[in-house]
Amino acid sequence: MPEPTSPDPRSPDPSANDPTSSEPTSAVAAALGPREGQRWYQALVVPALAVVTALVIGAIIIVFSNEQALEAWSRFLRHPATALSVSWQVVSEAYQALLTGAFGSPAEIWRAVSSGELDAIRSALYPISETVVTATPLIFVGLSVALGFRAGLFNIGAEGQVNIGGLVAGAAGIGLTFLPDPILLVTMIVAGFLGGALWGFIPGVLKAKTGAHEVITTIMLNFVAVSLVLYFLSTDFYKQQAEPVSKPAGAAYPHLFGSGVRVHLGIIVALAAAFGVAWLLNRTTIGFRFRAVGANPDAARAAGINPHRTTIVVMSLSGGLSGLAGANQLASITPSLFPGFASGLGFDGIAIALLGRGNPAGVVAASFLFGALRTGGRSMQVVTQTPIDIIVVIQALVIVFVAAPALVRALYRIKARRVGLGETFAKGWG
Amino acid sequence: MRLELRGITKRFPGVLANDHVDLTVEEGEIHALLGENGAGKTTLMNILYGLYGADEGELLIDGGPAHFASPGDAIAAGLGMVHQHFMLVPVFTVTENIMLGIESTRRFGLLDRAAAARRVAEISHRHGLDVPVDAVVEDLPVGVQQRVEIVKALYREAEVLILDEPTAVLTPQETEELFAVMRSLKAEGTSIVFITHKLKEVLAIADRITVMNRGRVVGSTTPAETNEEELASMMVGRAVKLVVEKTPAERGEPVLEIRDLVVRDDRGHVAVDGVSLDVHAGEIVCIAGVQGNGQTELVEAVTALRPAAAGSIRLLGDELASATPRSVLRSGVGHVPEDRQRDGLIVDFSVADNLVLNTFDQPPFARGVVRDAKEVREAAEERAEAFDVRTWTVEQPASTLSGGNQQKVIVAREFSRPIRFLIASQPTRGLDVGSIEYIHRRIIEQRDEGTAVLIVSVELDEVMALADRIAVMYRGRIVDILPAASAVRERLGLLMAGAGTTAASGGSEGSVGGAAGA
Repeated sequence: MPEPTSPDPRSPDPSANDPTSSEPTSAVAAALGPREGQRWYQALVVPALAVVTALVIGAIIIVFSNEQALEAWSRFLRHPATALSVSWQVVSEAYQALLTGAFGSPAEIWRAVSSGELDAIRSALYPISETVVTATPLIFVGLSVALGFRAGLFNIGAEGQVNIGGLVAGAAGIGLTFLPDPILLVTMIVAGFLGGALWGFIPGVLKAKTGAHEVITTIMLNFVAVSLVLYFLSTDFYKQQAEPVSKPAGAAYPHLFGSGVRVHLGIIVALAAAFGVAWLLNRTTIGFRFRAVGANPDAARAAGINPHRTTIVVMSLSGGLSGLAGANQLASITPSLFPGFASGLGFDGIAIALLGRGNPAGVVAASFLFGALRTGGRSMQVVTQTPIDIIVVIQALVIVFVAAPALVRALYRIKARRVGLGETFAKGWG
Repeated sequence: MRLELRGITKRFPGVLANDHVDLTVEEGEIHALLGENGAGKTTLMNILYGLYGADEGELLIDGGPAHFASPGDAIAAGLGMVHQHFMLVPVFTVTENIMLGIESTRRFGLLDRAAAARRVAEISHRHGLDVPVDAVVEDLPVGVQQRVEIVKALYREAEVLILDEPTAVLTPQETEELFAVMRSLKAEGTSIVFITHKLKEVLAIADRITVMNRGRVVGSTTPAETNEEELASMMVGRAVKLVVEKTPAERGEPVLEIRDLVVRDDRGHVAVDGVSLDVHAGEIVCIAGVQGNGQTELVEAVTALRPAAAGSIRLLGDELASATPRSVLRSGVGHVPEDRQRDGLIVDFSVADNLVLNTFDQPPFARGVVRDAKEVREAAEERAEAFDVRTWTVEQPASTLSGGNQQKVIVAREFSRPIRFLIASQPTRGLDVGSIEYIHRRIIEQRDEGTAVLIVSVELDEVMALADRIAVMYRGRIVDILPAASAVRERLGLLMAGAGTTAASGGSEGSVGGAAGA
């Protein structure tokens, strides 16, 4: 939720002495720029254009990886119109398949809804459901990394925290099966949170007490976490048979609309987490401390805020949110843990937090975008034989453009701030 | 070269930055452009230098119209500008910096450093601008770097030199040297536009003075016709007292008692070396001294931001040993930090949030952990009003305020809490006359309400204006404590330079009038 903003964030004083000296504490903050006092739609411009640009470049790659289109282009000089129309056709088919794969076909949804048949509706809405299912864990990890960003911490350890969260949630899910289902589910979620929180607490303490940089420690702890999961999967408590696959957990998120579509309660938990993080950051004294330490630890300390304690709390909370993603995996798609059950989720979290500009609402939107791209990408591959790797390229391009807002602004000739030039040169003027 | 600006008007959305400004700089004159921060000097010079286009008005050079679309045009026409923040490549030599962009070359485009160095030497010799041609710029003191900038402009055959707050970074000796150079340039026919807000300097060096206020030229005069008070009033737009009047202090109980304090700096060196000092309710004690003599560490120790290595601090009756920055603030201490942008404000946060930066978690600004945005905004609006913080709304980021207004935000925040001890470092650094007067007045009001005040300042003017007692700090020790009434500038200057070290017994409290009873 954006803060109440000023009607105009510009300076009333074009030669204000030192606007440019408000150096962000880190390059991360610069890339993120969730500026206080920025209107919500201003924050949206760069990510939206980044997505559009990535899709355009993705289209070019699609054309040049399609034999039919390449052949048309080889005869470009004689039949330029053919080359263009073939390209257009290839791209539009691919992207249409992507869209339908991610959101279903509007015609089919309409038919199903008007027929009133439950099964037809379910099958028409299946793609959307899949998108939501894919987006759910992304929301947790995105929130995890975003929370760190806002407090000036770069939590690269989401991957490890997801793993430990899943491991501890699994311990609860396997060991406490005597509990009634709903209580077991809640216990698993709490256990996942606590596991992830522990894995965030460690680098938090290391940073607060010894100054060890969280980027280094969290990367290292990722390896430790993955190895720990492998080890525990070989113990009698976890292992199912000879395979390194755990016994299934005793409870799972109930499906929201019957078993035909897989969308489950996890999305509600994820959205509640997003709301909770937004509320925490913007409406509470705790969040104020987080943001203060993130924006200027020196001033925060001088104002009586303890940056060390804040670091530990933020890292623990951030880890806990990643842990929820681990619990989510266990309580939804596959009930068992297996090596790499959360592979890559932590790193997706970084991408999503960047794309969402460290803002919980942005994180939710970015998660749905990535979920849609992945879900739609699968059917794009099936329907048009466009390789799903294109999706990875598009995702990567989105991140590149979001991380380099100057590039996007230059591309679309958006001025950074209307009096930006003046402010730069006015620095230090009388 | 004669430079004339006629009717220059520049609008920014919502602001009239320059309102029909006329300015004429005659050949061979030093023309001071005087004004507070935000008066429009910046904008005017940016227009002159081709960085902005004017909305209205024209520029005449030697009577003929001129138009600069970029700084390149301005330089070609004979303008040179020395920015406050130098535009030099630190790892290049002086000659390389000066020739950068208009390099002399030999065959095959090889740089002819020797030829350039000869010209640099010739220019610097002619104007008494001594620069070591082969030295690397980053090794040079700021005063010399500034000379390199001036030579750079002259190398490009500047006939009009714009100096932006040139004395802000200089020591008094360097300022004198700069003035000598300016006079020499003037004698050769170079015109100089001297931008500043320091009144004494204007009167010392300028031929003509143009004063700006709120985008308009409010007056034009000469040093012979005016004085500091009049210039200050023109600048601010109302009568200004350069020294705020105050009654003799009514000293109460000791509030701060420092005994044999030793504090180490970040590198572990002893920065505060056995300091003892008392500050009583209702008095202002100023610590005078050249920057870097342990004042910063002393303040940090008193506010619990830095641990004491030895000795004791009693603040408001409590030992400070186990205190945290938070408990110190809560016990009734107001702190105006030395570096407002680093320690005083979170510039990305709104003015409102900065106004409650150390009370954000207390009622009425929070109930439990939930903040009350409405209470914060209302209190912020009230405080901004009461302390004359010029802001459109309290929701705009503090980074958009001018330095003076940023400082007022800090003062408003600290003075709005019930405080019994105020510690302020360089409370008016970089501020204009109006803001200085305002903040001084507020500090004296605090004293009159019975607050104990400790000020650290490197500005002797400020020390003389505020102090009831003056403690001079040199190399981590307090070399003398004088009642302000008997303090003489010259003696303070000598003490600050270390001349009194042997006389004052080891730097502990107890010489002239300083026997603040424990």
